[in-house]
Amino acid sequence: METLLDALREALRLLIDLDPALVEIIGMTLRVTGSALLLAVLLGLPIGAALGLRERIPAAGCLMPIIYTGMALPPVVAGLFVYLILSNQGPLGGLDWLFTARAMVVSQTIIALPLVIGLTLTALRGLDPGIKLQVRSLGATRLQLATALLLEARLGVLAAIIAAFGGIVSEVGAVMLVGGNIEGQTRVLTTAIVLETRRGNFALALALGIILLLLAFLTNWLFHKLSDG
Amino acid sequence: MPPIYQLQHAQKAYDGRVVLDIDALAIGRGEVLALVGPSGSGKSTLLRLLNFLEPPTAGALTFDGRAVGDDLPLSERRRVTAVFQRPALLRRSVAANIGYGLGLRGEKLPPEELAAWLERLGLTHLARQSALRLSAGEAQRVAMARALVVRPDVLLLDEPTANLDPYNVGLIERLVAEEQRALGMTVVWVTHDIFQARRVADRVAFLLAGRLVEVADAETFFTAPATAQAAAFARGELVY
Repeated sequence: METLLDALREALRLLIDLDPALVEIIGMTLRVTGSALLLAVLLGLPIGAALGLRERIPAAGCLMPIIYTGMALPPVVAGLFVYLILSNQGPLGGLDWLFTARAMVVSQTIIALPLVIGLTLTALRGLDPGIKLQVRSLGATRLQLATALLLEARLGVLAAIIAAFGGIVSEVGAVMLVGGNIEGQTRVLTTAIVLETRRGNFALALALGIILLLLAFLTNWLFHKLSDG
Repeated sequence: MPPIYQLQHAQKAYDGRVVLDIDALAIGRGEVLALVGPSGSGKSTLLRLLNFLEPPTAGALTFDGRAVGDDLPLSERRRVTAVFQRPALLRRSVAANIGYGLGLRGEKLPPEELAAWLERLGLTHLARQSALRLSAGEAQRVAMARALVVRPDVLLLDEPTANLDPYNVGLIERLVAEEQRALGMTVVWVTHDIFQARRVADRVAFLLAGRLVEVADAETFFTAPATAQAAAFARGELVY
């Protein structure tokens, strides 16, 4: 209980003092997670829409289990995959991205992508078929139909983005593996929590955890406001 | 004037099973044709063909002299609109729903015209409300307005009043009649209600098991049908 109270006090102090190290970690967390989320949405939304708008998903018996398995992909496995690809002996080793924020963005994009695709296509397939029929019968082009259906499914699409955000902002395995938790370069909130816990700085680790939760809460509150609008 | 629709040996099959098989049917410009028949007789399938949602699997369907297929221009497709049994309104305001079809055509419903439609349908106080919070009758009135503001040449109706109370049934029948007269549009009205068919139609087409059994003007169909099956249906008996 005392540790918890200490953590709360520490979190407040860090936030009020605008501790430069903390600001750097929060900034890195937002940059990495924000970039990965943006990439996953830019790639995943069209793919999810293209699949969800079809009468029948091609090779659904094979494709759907792959997407659903991707939604349950352990972050550390995604991290390991990216590590092997970007390591010196890997096919993209020449890029020299390992232990950089770029590698963290790549691994988080891989984690978020199946979530965006899977939940977007589920949201679209869950729409009342009468809507599609009605919009077509009103003279919509293919693009107008796709836009109308995505707007109708916007709550589900937003849920896909929220789930993807939640999945990557809180993961530690992949960013630790490919980022290396380098101070001032690749340290994010989750990796900082692991480090401080190992050092025995439980109050600071908990404080960072509380800040991570606050960040997630604020982002989800924003998403909720958007969906209300 | 040549008919607006013509079907010649038109068939529709799903997974090899023929569900609609029309030898010949011509639908005239400006007429109100009621499509009647028991459940599963192919009425809605025929409406889907007329709505260009699906092409026939065999035979010919022409719209205003053009063969209906994937290459039918968008401008031709947009001459036809439809209202279904369930209004399928979009997750937006009543006003936005009414103007939606025009929006697809790159046009905007002028405010004074919107106000006139809302008043005519008794929906003025609901203009800014979400269309998903309307009662069944209000929702269907919005769906009717959405289909009519685009001033279609053809209005296809698939049992639009099946779930409505008599007040809303009367309101929609009057609305269609007024617009049909004003625009001179063709109306194809699928209904299982023979009394409604008698009230609204110039001609009646009776379908049974996917085939056209009888087509006659409404008076003849209800007073002196040519076939025993049509006579039984007009008396309200179960036919199959």
